[in-house]
Amino acid sequence: MSVLERRLIREPSFGLTAKVWQINWAFVVLLCMLAAVGYAALYSAGGGAEPYAARHALRFAFGLTLMLSVALVDIRFIARLAWPAYALGIALLLLVAGMGHVGKGAQRWIEIGGMQWQPSEFMKLALVLALAAWFHRASWERMGNVLFLLPPAFAVLVPVALILKEPNLGTAVITAVVGLSIFLGAGLRWWMIGLALAGTAAVMPVAFAHLHDYQRARITTFLDPASDPLGAGYNIIQSKIALGSGGMWGKGFMQGTQNHLNFLPEKQTDFVFTIIAEEFGLVGSLAVLALLALIVLAGMAMALRCRNQFGRLVALGVSVNFFMYVFVNVAMVMGAIPVGGVPLPLISHGGSAMIMAMLGFGVLMSAHVHRDVEFATEDG
Amino acid sequence: MKRESRRMAVFTRRGLLIAGAQVAAFGALGARLYQVQVVEGSRYATLADTNRISTRLIAPPRGRLLDRTGQPVANNRQNWRALLIAEQADDVGATLDAFARIVPLADHERARIERDVRRHRRFIPVTVREFLDWSDMAALEVNAPELPGIVIDLGTTRQYPLGPALAHVAGYVAPPSEADMGEDAMLALPGIRIGRAGLEKYHDLALRGRAGAVQMEVNAVGRAIRELVRQEGAPGQDLTLSIDATLQQQVIGHLGDESASAVVLDARNGEVLAMATNPSFDPSLFDSGVSQAQWIEWTNNRRAPLINKAAAGLYAPGSTFKMVVALAGLEARAITPTDRINCPGYLDLGDTRFHCWRKGGHGLLDLHGGIKNSCDVYFYEVARRTGIDHIAAMANRFGLGVDLAIELPGARRGLVPTRAWRLAHGKPWNMGDTVVHGIGQGFLQVTPLALAAMAARIATGRAVQPHLTRAVGGLVQKGAEASDWPPLGLPERELRAVRDGMWAVVNEHDGTAPIAKLPLPGVQMAGKTGSSQVRRVSREQREHGFKSENLPWEFRPHALFVAFAPYDAPRYALAVVVEHGNAGAAMAAPIARDIMLDVLARDPAAPRDVPPQRLAGGSAA
Repeated sequence: MSVLERRLIREPSFGLTAKVWQINWAFVVLLCMLAAVGYAALYSAGGGAEPYAARHALRFAFGLTLMLSVALVDIRFIARLAWPAYALGIALLLLVAGMGHVGKGAQRWIEIGGMQWQPSEFMKLALVLALAAWFHRASWERMGNVLFLLPPAFAVLVPVALILKEPNLGTAVITAVVGLSIFLGAGLRWWMIGLALAGTAAVMPVAFAHLHDYQRARITTFLDPASDPLGAGYNIIQSKIALGSGGMWGKGFMQGTQNHLNFLPEKQTDFVFTIIAEEFGLVGSLAVLALLALIVLAGMAMALRCRNQFGRLVALGVSVNFFMYVFVNVAMVMGAIPVGGVPLPLISHGGSAMIMAMLGFGVLMSAHVHRDVEFATEDG
Repeated sequence: MKRESRRMAVFTRRGLLIAGAQVAAFGALGARLYQVQVVEGSRYATLADTNRISTRLIAPPRGRLLDRTGQPVANNRQNWRALLIAEQADDVGATLDAFARIVPLADHERARIERDVRRHRRFIPVTVREFLDWSDMAALEVNAPELPGIVIDLGTTRQYPLGPALAHVAGYVAPPSEADMGEDAMLALPGIRIGRAGLEKYHDLALRGRAGAVQMEVNAVGRAIRELVRQEGAPGQDLTLSIDATLQQQVIGHLGDESASAVVLDARNGEVLAMATNPSFDPSLFDSGVSQAQWIEWTNNRRAPLINKAAAGLYAPGSTFKMVVALAGLEARAITPTDRINCPGYLDLGDTRFHCWRKGGHGLLDLHGGIKNSCDVYFYEVARRTGIDHIAAMANRFGLGVDLAIELPGARRGLVPTRAWRLAHGKPWNMGDTVVHGIGQGFLQVTPLALAAMAARIATGRAVQPHLTRAVGGLVQKGAEASDWPPLGLPERELRAVRDGMWAVVNEHDGTAPIAKLPLPGVQMAGKTGSSQVRRVSREQREHGFKSENLPWEFRPHALFVAFAPYDAPRYALAVVVEHGNAGAAMAAPIARDIMLDVLARDPAAPRDVPPQRLAGGSAA
């Protein structure tokens, strides 16, 4: 028995105390710092603890508890929940397609327990779990088998199509990229990836034709925001003004004119980053960006340290998901990509998004806590 | 284990690759942030300031109109009004219900308020009710807690103390139209009014003043957050008019119910002391918008209350024109004051016979007798000898048919025809035309204002122009002194001959208007009647004992009277025109006499160093 094998068999002594000891507390500290940044930004957005910041803190406290609880749940148990969760996710997506609330022109919300939930958020986590479970036993050789890859590809395309239909272009793209990243981590052949990307590029014009008017308007105003300065281009222009006028050092906490004079639409949700950039300048926005990058890289590091395929892929999926959120949101407020309803996780105001993000981090941490458990079997 | 390690190796490679891509993406975001925040930062900082700073204008108070004694004839009345700010009301309907329980609101008012609320952004105040009295205001203040969104605010509206009496001169103000908006940013302010007629319009720019400016920090929906810089504007300038408010009202009183107008001038400098037009309208109605029914009533009224008949009403001068004809004849050496012309009751010209107003004629008449009797045949003959172009030139010198530059938009110059004018209108001039114009008929069209100017020029021999403005913003305007006006260049002897005829009209028992003789010792008025035909009297009518009193009102001739006084040292000149008043002597002369009595009693053109108490006593006398 090698040292490695011995470490794998932790079972008898792996009690609750040992698990708590295994929690990546540095990562928890990073998340707390991010939530604190969110608190400050929302404090400024609301002109005080009310109406946003206090609730943000409360939600984070709840989310943190949830995350730490999930972190202690055995990853193998979570793996067993993967497909039921996936089925639930699909069912919820079908439900909103049928009867979801109409929010901001899109059917993407469903009300549970007095909160508005986006099933697509849950779907992404469930998809990560399902794909990880599917590829958990897949050997390098099997990854070359197209027939083996068809069911998971289908498992990605169905929710992506449903989310697109809502319509929620941003989340659909993120879901697709998260799915692709898991395929990639599981050992998908490069030529297949090339083929998939080429196929996507080929259907793009067709997809554009099927976009909703407001989505198309976002893309066209992204290309030329000045074409409609008070309409669809307003958000981009005002957001860029907020960013740009922040300069190197910013206007100071609570001093952002764009923020406090309400030039920024949805400043407490999708455009929260502009508050940081306007009030704390380039220094502040780069610091927050660095914090976000650290969280992403810490997630990737945890993925690399997992000794079982399921844990790795789950950690990879959750990290890529978080990364995609950050990238799409920050690029959006800078006017670098078309605007889509994508919040900045743990900073933006919004309950269900925060809970879902913390749930995802919980699974990631569980994968990390249980990185060395006996769960490494490979078929064929 | 080998397989597991291969899988792990692939994952590690690709995981690192993905992490690398993520780092690169964060690097790209950071670079873009540097680009936007630092490289282009100053440009965006400017844009942010443009966003937040809004310059607002503050309306200056509009200048007042004062009469020659300093009494306001147009001023700004404080207007306590209730405004509704929709965003401060939880429920606009409920607030209006509560308001209506305290101050009743008519259905149409309520509809207007609700429409205004819908049209404006929710923080813009909408007028609920204007001109609140103290009891309403007290009730609203007490009930303020039940009236969320209602604020009481002090605005101003234009008030005209003389009301209809001076409406045509003062004019009126109204909200600017879309077309006016371009000229001055101030006009976009709520509650602003611009001059729409009369002196309010003519002197609008001086009265309007210059708007002050405030730089406000505003939020995204344009609401003011705080004041940054304030720059005071200039209030509108007060205007001192030549009008005497008391006299104006007296003159209006003398016009009675007639559709008539009268102009009283200071004969020495042309200051308009009174310019009255009847019927009139209430100028304050325009301030908040005239109802359609009221407008239709005004425009359909055949007595035309909206028209300033004194400055824009055109009438044939009739016999009041005879002085001009006489002076033209004297200047052209066609007659002398003592030349006698026989009036057999008619003048035959070719196969056309022109009648005198007196059947049987006046016999031999010199200039004195011609004017005193207003003999038509005498003036047919003078006109025939003189020629129309000479008469027209003389008429122009007396202010007829020329632009008098009175400060009233819409004032008309009238028409004094010449041969060239007639030819330009397609027909050659013939002697019959000249003869008809000799008695002030034909194409002649003059305003009562021009007739008053004519009377003043006859009286003083100076080319005085009637004007209404004494001072703008305290600066006395040119024209207040008699020496500001050039002499007409007519021999005093000829002017005196004409004045003498006018004196006889009034003061000799066989004149045409002895009724106009002033019942005053030592002060005499000289005048001339006139009757302006609206419809040509046919020969048949004349032969069948035509009487104009039997005509429908609108076909009766207008009655005219021009006069000046005192005869020996003229200070005042006036013209009275009573529309469809039949004969000048019967209708217009007594009015002119009564007006002149009031003018002389009040003596508004007397030097201003007279203490006001004595003035007041004078007007009561």
